[in-house]
Amino acid sequence: MFAAENGLKGDPRLQGISEAIRVVPGFPKPGIMFQDITPLFLDHKVFKDTVDIFVDRYRDMGISVVAGVEARGFMFGPSIALAIGAKFVPLRKPGKLPASVISEQYVLEYGTDCLEMHVGAVQPGERALVIDDLIATGGTLSAAIRLLERMGAEVVECACVIGLPEVKGQCRLRGKPLYILVEPRDIDCCQGM
Amino acid sequence: MSAFRDQDPRIHGIQTKIRVVPDFPREGIMFQDITTLLLDPKAFKDTIDLFVERYKGKNISVVAGIEARGFIFGPPIALAIGAKFVPLRKPKKLPGEVIKEEYVLEYGSDCLEMHVGAVSAGERALVVDDLIATGGTLRAAMNLLERAGAEVVECACVIELPDLKGRERLNGKPLYVLVESH
Repeated sequence: MFAAENGLKGDPRLQGISEAIRVVPGFPKPGIMFQDITPLFLDHKVFKDTVDIFVDRYRDMGISVVAGVEARGFMFGPSIALAIGAKFVPLRKPGKLPASVISEQYVLEYGTDCLEMHVGAVQPGERALVIDDLIATGGTLSAAIRLLERMGAEVVECACVIGLPEVKGQCRLRGKPLYILVEPRDIDCCQGM
Repeated sequence: MSAFRDQDPRIHGIQTKIRVVPDFPREGIMFQDITTLLLDPKAFKDTIDLFVERYKGKNISVVAGIEARGFIFGPPIALAIGAKFVPLRKPKKLPGEVIKEEYVLEYGSDCLEMHVGAVSAGERALVVDDLIATGGTLRAAMNLLERAGAEVVECACVIELPDLKGRERLNGKPLYVLVESH
């Protein structure tokens, strides 16, 4: 569900966040309108607002794990984890984590990919948040949810800055609530960096 | 400079949370795994606090983090000191116009990229990564920032492997680390 429909309607911070997203056509391949969040980190106020919105939502939910999806989930997740007193768990592409891992495969448009988490990073019964910059089909986030659940954690919510049209109208992913700050930007209304 | 030598009481807790994984990614390498540090909220907070205490109020407007573990430490530091965060990425990950800096590996070479326009001339910058080994990646990072006209104030890492002498390869720029591993 979008933040504007869930208590943040008219919140001026959301407009700043939306305007900080840069659309890059034809990346990584022709036909794709890539939603680039890197300008968000160039504006300290907007970056702080983004983290504050998530922290305000999650601080009293008894969450002990923030799991961030490589690599853009690493840019948001740790700040949120630090502010709410939770641990941060990186979910990574294959072969990056050095110790014993569990792996979860997921489907791409063509082929499959894989997400890994360290064994022992989460304990059964822990309440977890999953973070990524953007949700499109939900394939990656579904794999993230499965990894946490396989270790016995309870995924409380999945949080993203941007939600693509594929998820509009969907409030849940694998039965888990989604929380999304903004919709994607159109190319016409955005400024360069 | 190493905070270890200052014997800040938080350093011991941080050091004990770093896990050494033998033979990763190849036989003979003792990999310094910081993910276990991130599992301890107090130790992770102490890590960030040590950097923030050093850099707050020093007019640093850019924290550049090296993919991917630099993305874990860099943004919280940037947030706390009022700076922007700039990701320095492997090739083809950043959309739009980039500048590239190649650097040498043990076998072959690799490349680091930064967005054009991320940094303005005259900005004071910090480079952050989890670990410095030979210093090749950090030097490439510094070169990117300097090519954009920024002044690199310091490189900051959680861990240094002093035996690899990376500190000497930073074009005379200072290095600040929390722990050393021999």
